Amino acid sequence: MIPYPFTYHRPNSLAEAEALLARLPDAKLLAGGHSLIPAMKLRLASPAALIDISRIADLSFIRRAGDTISIGAAVRHFEVADSEMVHKAIAALASLVEEIGDPAVRHMGTVGGSVANNDPAADYPAAVLALGATIRTNQRSISADDFFTGMFSTALEDTEILTAVDFPIPKRAGYVKFANPASRYAMVGVFVAETAGGVRVAITGAAPCVFRSSEMETALAQSFAPDAVASIAIRPEGMNSDIHGSAEYRAHLVTVLAKRAVAVALRSSGGPHG
Amino acid sequence: MTGVRLTVNGSTHEADVEDRTLLVHFIRENLRLTGTHIGCDTSQCGACVVLLDGRAVKSCTMFAAQASGSEIVTIEGVAKDGQLHPVQEAFREHHGLQCGFCTPGMILTAIDMIRRKPQLDRQTIREELEGNLCRCTGYHNIVNAIEAAARTMAEAA
Repeated sequence: MIPYPFTYHRPNSLAEAEALLARLPDAKLLAGGHSLIPAMKLRLASPAALIDISRIADLSFIRRAGDTISIGAAVRHFEVADSEMVHKAIAALASLVEEIGDPAVRHMGTVGGSVANNDPAADYPAAVLALGATIRTNQRSISADDFFTGMFSTALEDTEILTAVDFPIPKRAGYVKFANPASRYAMVGVFVAETAGGVRVAITGAAPCVFRSSEMETALAQSFAPDAVASIAIRPEGMNSDIHGSAEYRAHLVTVLAKRAVAVALRSSGGPHG
Repeated sequence: MTGVRLTVNGSTHEADVEDRTLLVHFIRENLRLTGTHIGCDTSQCGACVVLLDGRAVKSCTMFAAQASGSEIVTIEGVAKDGQLHPVQEAFREHHGLQCGFCTPGMILTAIDMIRRKPQLDRQTIREELEGNLCRCTGYHNIVNAIEAAARTMAEAA
């Protein structure tokens, strides 16, 4: 399958990328390309230009500053999965990334691409929202709560380039997904985190866009245990319904996986914040 | 058109290609290296896996222009001086192939897997093969072959 024609550009710096994005009509940023290129091959997407930001050194870093792990937009999934720093600070994030796609996909896919694409079944948005991350762009900082605006849509403007995601280190966190047996995308994935700002629960795969469950958050704030969420039934209205599972099935999975995610979070604690 | 410069199996190739040329098409059609297969063409089956700077990637899901400046190894570049690679030898020994269509991708995935995880158990091998489909469903012997190759390579190291 061959995409519609486009022009390929590989800027060497963020400034060059910004200039190209401002100049080229109908351009799209290309990082790992593992969502965009399949969409282009199916001719569901047809940008006139691709600006490949994957080799810009300034977008490729993992560092810790205080209680925050900052990951550059062009960092590939395998680099996060291999990072001892990420494993030690946010084990749930490392294990989430280890379960994205397959090894070859993880060698190409990037955090920036996944977060900016906001696929309803992607894993990363659950971590970003549950951990209360901050999305950094070439123009501003956006809190996770304001970032994901709907199916495949975000607060990013057309001329904006996602440069990094800052993940605050939680006291404890856990992520569990029920992977579609064929695609391995999340049928439902639940990320539970006890953060400095309270308990946050983010759910991906279940609805058109990642979302939080305030009911579960309140229950877990009172008692951080699997039983605290066991009796919370999520309403199926507005949930995704397709050949893989009905809205009711997905709603049921949310509760089941939330319990398991809390159990994972409890097992992971015992470190300095223990 | 865009200029690309790639090192493939040790030799450097320069060419002007259409920007939308997929890496797998460049390898098969420009370089005539047809051991890299197109299976599903949707990033799932792994028949098109090559090593890009040492890492397994799906060549149907990247453009040749993205790979410009990189080193690529295809199945044709795996054997050295007429000697099969230990992974190839193990696939032959353990009957790790039936029709052979998935084999190039399986072997390059296995080489990358063993590089990253020299101590492989069977469960890990199966998980690592997530992105490689064998339509003959010959996984049992593929796992045997990779397990044996990892052992041989660890002993030789």
